Parts: sequence; C-alpha cells; structure tokens
Amino acid sequence: MEWLNAVVQGTLLGGLYALFAAGLSLIFGVMRLVNIAHGDLIVMAAYLGLTATVVLGIHPLVALIVVIPAMAGIGYVLQRGILNRTLGDDLLPPLLVTFGLSVIIQNALLEGYTADPQKMNAGALETASLSVGGLSLGILPVLTFAVAVAVIAGLQWMFYHTALGRAFRAVSDNQDIAQLMGLNKRHIFGLAMALALAVTAIAGIFLGIRTSFDPSIGGGRLIFGFEAVIIGGLGNLWGTLAGGVILGVAQTVGAKIDPGWQVLSGHIAFLLILAVRPQGLFPRVSG
Amino acid sequence: MNLDSYTVTRGSKSAKIAAILGLIVIVILITAPWWAGRADMRLLGELFLYLALASLWNLMAGYAGLVSVGQQAYVGFGGYMLFALTIFGGVNPVFAIALAGLLGAAIAVPVAALIFRLRGAYFAIGTWVMAEVFRLSFAQVGALGGGSGTSLPVGIVRSMADGRSAREALSYWLALGVATLVVAAVYLFLRSRKGLALTAIRDNELAAGSLGIDIFRTKFLVYIVTCAMTAMVGALIFLQKLRISPDAAFSVNDWTAFVIFIVVIGGIGTIEGPIIGTLIFFALRETLADLGTIYLMVLGLVAIVIMLKAPKGIWGLIKDRMNLQIFPLGYRVETPDENKGA
Amino acid sequence: MPEPILKISKLSAHYGDFQALYGVDMEVAEGEVLAIIGANGAGKTTLLRSLSGLMSNEAGQITYRGQAIGALRADQVAALGIALVPEGRQLFPSLTVEENLMIGGRVNRAGPWNLHKVYDLFPILQERRGQASTSLSGGQQQMVAIGRALMSNPDLILFDEISLGLAPIIIKDIYAALPGIVGGGMSAVIVEQDITKALSVSSRVYCLQEGRVSLEGGSATVSREEISRAYFGIA
Repeated sequence: MEWLNAVVQGTLLGGLYALFAAGLSLIFGVMRLVNIAHGDLIVMAAYLGLTATVVLGIHPLVALIVVIPAMAGIGYVLQRGILNRTLGDDLLPPLLVTFGLSVIIQNALLEGYTADPQKMNAGALETASLSVGGLSLGILPVLTFAVAVAVIAGLQWMFYHTALGRAFRAVSDNQDIAQLMGLNKRHIFGLAMALALAVTAIAGIFLGIRTSFDPSIGGGRLIFGFEAVIIGGLGNLWGTLAGGVILGVAQTVGAKIDPGWQVLSGHIAFLLILAVRPQGLFPRVSG
Repeated sequence: MNLDSYTVTRGSKSAKIAAILGLIVIVILITAPWWAGRADMRLLGELFLYLALASLWNLMAGYAGLVSVGQQAYVGFGGYMLFALTIFGGVNPVFAIALAGLLGAAIAVPVAALIFRLRGAYFAIGTWVMAEVFRLSFAQVGALGGGSGTSLPVGIVRSMADGRSAREALSYWLALGVATLVVAAVYLFLRSRKGLALTAIRDNELAAGSLGIDIFRTKFLVYIVTCAMTAMVGALIFLQKLRISPDAAFSVNDWTAFVIFIVVIGGIGTIEGPIIGTLIFFALRETLADLGTIYLMVLGLVAIVIMLKAPKGIWGLIKDRMNLQIFPLGYRVETPDENKGA
Repeated sequence: MPEPILKISKLSAHYGDFQALYGVDMEVAEGEVLAIIGANGAGKTTLLRSLSGLMSNEAGQITYRGQAIGALRADQVAALGIALVPEGRQLFPSLTVEENLMIGGRVNRAGPWNLHKVYDLFPILQERRGQASTSLSGGQQQMVAIGRALMSNPDLILFDEISLGLAPIIIKDIYAALPGIVGGGMSAVIVEQDITKALSVSSRVYCLQEGRVSLEGGSATVSREEISRAYFGIA
C-alpha cells in the first residue's frame, strides 16, 4: 500500500513536471529553440504570483489572471526583442543568449526578493485531501495534475484545430514557405513564446503553492522539464505528460527507498531511458 | 605569373613577436614568488585556472560544437578525486592531480556514450543533468563529508612542501603550469590534422557531410581530453581551497557561467579569446565585485550584447581591425610587395 | 501595351559570393501570362525568389503596381497579392491537404477563389482533403501547391517549374487547368524548362542565360533558332 501510495503521489507530481515541460516542448517544436532560462522564467512567474497575492491580497489561483497575461507579454517582447535575433543555423547564439538571460533573471530575482525561501499561501487548499480506496490524495496535487492534463489537451487542440496551430506547424515545417503564405515568422515565434510563458505562469504558480522557492532553483526546474520532454519523446505533448509522470514516480519511489535519493533517482531513470531508448518512449510518428 | 615569388607560411611577423613576448611573460610569471605579494599570487593563480577552464570550454564549444553547460561535473569530480586519493590512498597531492585527470577521462567515456545521443542544444542540458548526478552522488558519500563536505587534513597539506610560502609558490607554479599546458595543448591540437579538420567543418557545413564518421570520433576524443584536463584543473582548484563540498564543487555559476562569459566576451572559437576574456573578467571582478548580484547581471548583459552584436567577441573586433594573429593555425599565402600586379 | 503590373529594373542578386542575376530588366503586363525559360542555373528560381521577398541579397528595383517591393518581407509581398507556387511543391508535411489550402487563404484578399472553387478545379483534392499532404502523388501535390497559392486570391501568380518531376500525362492535366486559373484577369509568370509547354500558354517569353536576359519576344513569334541561341548561348 505504501508503494502504491508512492506511485500515485509520483504520478500527481508528474503533472507539475509536465507543466514545466509543456512550454519547453512547444517552443522547441515551433522554432527549434531550447531556452536555458526556462526554469528561471518559471521561478519568476512564482515571484510574480507572490507579489500579486501580497499586493492585491488575492488567492494564488486568482493571481493567475494577472500572472498569465504578464508572462505572455514578457514572452512576446523577449522573443521579438532578443530571441528572434539568435535564430538561424548556428546553435551557439540561442544557447548562450538564453544562458545569459538565465543568469540575469536569477540575479534580478535575488536583488528584488533576496535569497530567502518564499512560499505562496493558498489557505485550505494546501492541506485539503480526499480519500480514495484507502489512499489519501491531496486536493492540490490532484488539481495540479488535472490542470496539467487540461493544459496539454488545450495545447494539443490548439495545435491541430486552430488557425494559430496551423501557422505554428507550417512555420515549424518550412519557415520560407510559411512566410510566402503571409505568415510573419517573427510574429508567429513571438506568439509561440507568449503561449509557452503563459503555460510557464501556470507552472510557476502551482510550484509556488506546493513548495517554497528561491531564486536559485530555476536550473533544477529546467532540468525536470527537459527530462520529461526527452523521456516522452520530442514533439509529442501527451508523451511529455507521460514523461513527467515517469519522472515523478521515479522520484517518489526513490525517496521511499531513501529520502536523499529523490532527485537522483529521477535523473537515473532519465539516463536509463536515454541509454535504451534515446528517441524517447513516444516519439512523434510523422517526420 | 611567377609562382616562386609567393610564399606559403604559417607564421606571421606578429605571431613571432607574440611568441617571444609570450615567452618573456611566462618567464616573468615563473619568478613571481620572488617579487609578488601573497594576495597577488593568489589572484594570479586563480586567473591561470580560469584561463585553463576557459580555453578548454572554448575548444569544445567554439571548435567541436559541443556546447556544455555541465563542465562543473569535471571540476567537482577532479576536486573530489584529489581529496579521496590523498585522504584514503595516501597519494602525494601533486601526483594525485595527474591521477584525477586520468580518472576524469575514465568517467568521461561512459558519460559521453550517453549524452552524445542528445543533439545540439539538448546535449547542453544533458551535460547539466550529468553534473547534477555527480553532485547528488558525491553528496551521498559519507566518507567525504556527504552534503556538507570536508577539509583537506593538515598532514596532507604539509606533505606538499616545507613552510607556507613554499607551499603557496608550489601551488602557484602548478596553476601556471596547468594553464600553459592547456593553452599549448589546445594550440597544438588545433594545428594537427584532426584539429584543422574540426575547424574546417565548423567554418564550412558542406564539408561536414563528407567527413561524418571521422568527425564524430574527433569530437568524442575532444570531449574526453577536455574533461580529463578539466578534472586536473578542478583538483588544483580544490588543492588551493583546501575545502570541498558538493555545492561548491559542482557550482554551475562558478565553473560554467563565468567560464562561458569569459569565452563569449573574449571571442569564442579563437585561441586568443579566452586569454583576453580572462583578463577582462578579472579586471571587471576586481573593480565591480562589491556590487555582487548587479555584477553578475552586467556580465550576463555584456555577454548577450556581444553574442548579438559581435559574435566573435573582443578578440574578433581587434583581429578584424588590425589583421593580427598570435596563434597561427592555418596557412597563408604571402605576396611579396614588389611582385604585386605582375 | 497596358500599364505593367510588375516592373523589374537592373535586378542583381547573389548567394554569398555567387552572383545569380546580373541587371535583369523585365515587365509583366496586367492580365498577361509571361513565360521565363532558361537552362538549369540560369537564374529563373532566383528571380522568382527575389520577386516573392525570399532573397535578401539583391540590388535594383522591383515595382509592383507602382510600389517598390524589393525591400519587403515575403509575407508583406504576399499580402499585396503576389503568390508563388514554389519549385518542388514544398507542401507543409505536418498539415493535411485541406490545412495546406487553408493556410494559403490566410492572406485574406477578396476574390473568386475559396476551398470550394479549388475543389471544383481539382476534385481529387476534395476526396483527399483529410489526408497528410505527404501521402499524395506528385501530381496531386502540385495541385495542392497551385490551390494553396490561389487561395490567397493573388493578382499575380508565379509558377516555378510546375512540370518538374511529373509524368507527361499529369503535366498535360495541369496545363489544361491553367487557362481556367489565369483566365479571370490574373497575371501570371511561368518559369519552365519545358519550352513547348511554356510557349503554348504564354503571350510573351523571356529567356535567361547565366543570370542575364538573353531573349525577349512574343511567344508566337520567336523562332526556334532564336530560342536555341538564347537558351544555350550558341552563336
């Protein structure tokens, strides 16, 4: 029963990791950009949420109304102002520029909020739980998982059933020809980053309700998101959710064996999958 | 056209002058323990170690296209190997540095086998995952202090040399020696057939396809050798610090962020770049370090601006304006002036 | 001759060190079908890429309806009513047949063309509308590429080597459909290696040779000898 509990808790934790990963997966899919600052942007969203709850006196989940558009706006400006200039055949500029961004965001947060760990207060939501077949499930983890499923379903629907999704896929397939169709790829990339950071906003708020956070933890969140993407297989959003769940379960089961092994066993699961199935468990079937 | 009047040469006048100047500088630096103060020597020693790390990272990222943000894995690994070998193996610390390099190469092979499966930018994050695995693993080793780390026993420190100033001189010379060794090794490798092939491919994508397999092996080799030398530098760093902990040993800021900034600011993909970058980095640090986090933000901002506006860094700007070359890699055709237009 | 819809003067373009066009002068009249012929590497595709806004290394003037468009991006050119059917079809592999057509309609210009009209022109596409564009035959893919360009209701449509790599019977079908496409007052530029086909549907012809215009004339009046000379550079 204890092991089953670990697996269930890990699955729910995987929802949070899928939220970390979804934005990463989206921007890689559309513009082949790997954003090293992704984790720091998640932490930044958590701080924005914290500020919103303190200043406006609102519940963290209500703060999403403020944080999502704020992050989306930051994403669009960041893409059009800086990141679009780095895209091309050369791998170095996007990597090094987002790496520089990561350091800047981290230290700006340190300057603005100090290194003290912070946490968002979500009131009764944090402790509420429901009992299912002898297992006690926290409402917050269940809600996080449900939101992750909804976000991924929403992204999937957007990708395959809307004009914007069509534009994303067209630009991803062939930037020149997409441009001939009247799509301005700079604008499309800006929208993709805006959407990715909107998801990041959700991830940041749920992270900040669940655990305490400080400016230094961005790198770790990037790595969890990255591992979920690779485990699931590049370019597959549902695979990303599965990857998050596998990572989460590996961590909770590892922690069950020895609390010091939680994060390490997640990494080991990732490396094992990389060793036996480097293309991930559910790679996108078509080219 | 009279072909005899053209000469194909590797060197240039500026390169010869630079070589002589470089030798003079090295000789002066070797004598530092007799004329420099204790604090200056510490600073210089640190500068040499950063120069070595930067040159190595530049070889990987700027020439082999292997962008790693996880070289702290090998800095920390080298440091921990030094502590383990001297504390449990009774190995002489100087010998332990060389051994740490060998062990670094040994561990780099399986690591490379795994992360070379990741392409491009994902390779970069993969290296970071490996560094985290190293950090978390060493935090589990109780004999080396677990998560809180350990100090180098006084007896081992004393065994290096008699007296504090002799020890400090030795550790200074080791740092100078490692930096010289690394820069020379990078230079000689890039002049070799394999090195030239690597540069050619970086500069010309068409060539990449026809040389595919060979290049994979060369990149693999570059990774292993770079990691071995990074581990040696790491061993030296923690021989100077005398204390090690997982967070310090595997710090992404100290051993990767700073190194990347040094290379980008100095000029990625050039041998001179890391040297210029290290000098600028230390000059900035000595003047702005009091600003703390602001200093780091400025560094990040400068690196971004350079990457966008002058991707070849400060050395690239100098080179383009003055046609200077200190470490000649390729061959150049020289036309005697009197034959011009003939 | 009526006022030209497109006027190109002294257009030069290069890829890195390689110069592909040398001071090309050309005009397309309103409602006319113009053919551009020339051997491989003569600069035909480069010319169309320049007109569409896909080339950045160009010098000279491109004027469309009195407006200089040389410096515009491809999406801005498309919005003005110039559409390209690119060489090799270049459909979006992640998109279905219908999605490929719909993305062509993103440039929302008024005009006769819509999904129904394209399906009327190429009925097979309606049957295959939900399929991945990669699952179609070459000829069907060419139909999608043409339909995709028509969906934007262009005033000027550029065809790049539409017969390349297709079976003769399919080329015949596609050329049979052309008059129905350009009949409604649309201007067209047809780049083609199949000289007979190009001359049969056009009113005027230009020949490019090594990046320069080597011949200009009426499609019905140029002689075989003139063409061979201009095409191969044989005196």
